[in-house]
Amino acid sequence: MSGVRPTRAARAGRAVVVALALLWSLGPVAYGVVLAVRPYGEVTRDPLGLPTTLDLSAFATAMRDEADGGFGLGRFVLNSLGVALGTVLLSVAVCVLGAYAAARLRYRGRALTNGIILAVYLFPGIVLAVPKFVVLARLGLTSTLAGLLVVYVAATVPVALYMMRNFFLALPASVEEAAIMDGCTLGQLLVRVVLPIAVPGVVATAIYVFMIAWNEYFYALLFLVQRRGLWTAPLGIAQLGDFQVPVTVLLAGSIAVTVPVVIIFFLAQRYIVSGLVQGAER
Amino acid sequence: MTAARPTTARARENRTGWLLVTPSLAVVALVVLVPFALVVVFGFSEVRLVDIPYLGTEPITWSLDNFRRAATSQAFWGALWTTVLYAALTAVGSLAVGLVLALALRRPFRGRGLVRALLLVPYVLPVVAAATIWKTLLNPQYGLVNAFGRAYLGWDTPVGFLSTTSAEVWGMPVPVALLVVVLFDVWKSAPLAFLFLTARLQSVPGEIEEAAALDGANRRQTLRFVLLPQLRAVALLLLLLRFIWSFQTFDDVYLLTEGAGSTQVMAIQVYTELVTKADIGSAAAFGLLMSLVLVVLLAGYVVLSRRAGEGP
Repeated sequence: MSGVRPTRAARAGRAVVVALALLWSLGPVAYGVVLAVRPYGEVTRDPLGLPTTLDLSAFATAMRDEADGGFGLGRFVLNSLGVALGTVLLSVAVCVLGAYAAARLRYRGRALTNGIILAVYLFPGIVLAVPKFVVLARLGLTSTLAGLLVVYVAATVPVALYMMRNFFLALPASVEEAAIMDGCTLGQLLVRVVLPIAVPGVVATAIYVFMIAWNEYFYALLFLVQRRGLWTAPLGIAQLGDFQVPVTVLLAGSIAVTVPVVIIFFLAQRYIVSGLVQGAER
Repeated sequence: MTAARPTTARARENRTGWLLVTPSLAVVALVVLVPFALVVVFGFSEVRLVDIPYLGTEPITWSLDNFRRAATSQAFWGALWTTVLYAALTAVGSLAVGLVLALALRRPFRGRGLVRALLLVPYVLPVVAAATIWKTLLNPQYGLVNAFGRAYLGWDTPVGFLSTTSAEVWGMPVPVALLVVVLFDVWKSAPLAFLFLTARLQSVPGEIEEAAALDGANRRQTLRFVLLPQLRAVALLLLLLRFIWSFQTFDDVYLLTEGAGSTQVMAIQVYTELVTKADIGSAAAFGLLMSLVLVVLLAGYVVLSRRAGEGP
């Protein structure tokens, strides 16, 4: 068995690889944070310098309304939050039942619906952007947050179905079988038995859907670029990059919209990861 | 009576199954099948953005012009080649980085859980935030890379990493901007490959490795002949998925370069046809041709992997 244990050299080598990996993953992010807390003049004068004082004014400038001399990111964040939460509610509500049926019930056509779920999950999205844009423009929804909500639900339903089906498949079926033996109706079964044990999976899926909607840029650009009042946070940051906005303010904004998703992702990390990679073990 | 019960139970399960799955299928049909039918219609007709208010009220004029124009345009073939190169390099790069990370973190050590979580940060980061940071990092005036290069590596002039189509490095032409965009995408997507590979590695039974060690295999042989073969299937799957996803990337490339420095990928072409040229038909045709290329490449992959599977 001693042959399996790593040698001293192997352990030192691994420490180097781990250090490099952390530098590669976190280096750029750390750089962004460092610049965001330095005054703009100092950054352009001495690009390689470290912060001497902690200057948080860039965050305030980014968030404040245009009327107060800021860049209105606070409003963009609220727009994003509304659309993202709406997407989560609708997408999860639509998917939770379908995912359960796809995972558990033996109805005719089950193999077909499962195949459709997987195919849709892998379908190239950009091709469908053109017709979606045209249809929503015809309905007069392309310069509204409601139109964006429709597109986000559409974009997240396949992923949510796929993830939640994986979670249901991983749950033991014996509890439900016992409940059915005891004469539970379908409604009782779903509300009293299935949902309580599925909560972690539903929450993880909801968080993943939230992240997709919160981070989305392409449709926001396509639909709302002319409507500054309705910009989402990603669109706002990208658009401000084209104006004469100090880079420290842009980075402060970027960090500000990143922190919430990173935190909630790490809180639910284990569940999200298992929902994503299930099936890869084989 | 008792003989009939299983049938009714099955019929009920059948009915509830359809009842539960119908909302999901309805949404899928509405957001995938209907748009797909429409994109085909648009591709074969002359529709522009100004026609939108009249859509559905006027008869469609069918034509093949959109495809004819695309097939004869330099922009289309250029974008296709750029996209294939971009997707292939990204797929290989993110698999390679993911593999190194997964192997390095395979054995438990103190703080491994934290390291693992931190490695996921680039994947979780909003793409806009990531692109803003990278653009700053590579900025010719105050970016870290150029400042470092000029202070310590003796660069005479700043390098426009995101706008330079090609530069000579040791006498070889290097597509600078394209490689930077690939590197960015590898940075963002390698964590996902790392997750999949780690999951697969964890399910390799420890006995196989121990048996190999007892038979006198050294560490490199164990890796080469025991672990890597176990990862083959998931690695191929990851290559395929990353290729499909990168093939249609818009955000990463558009945010970093807006297509400058010869990074006009297909998705940016579709966007340009739709928004800048206001030509719905042409955008739809570009999108359809893009899917066609993807389908052909996938079919080729399936045939090749079948043939490889039949071998010894």
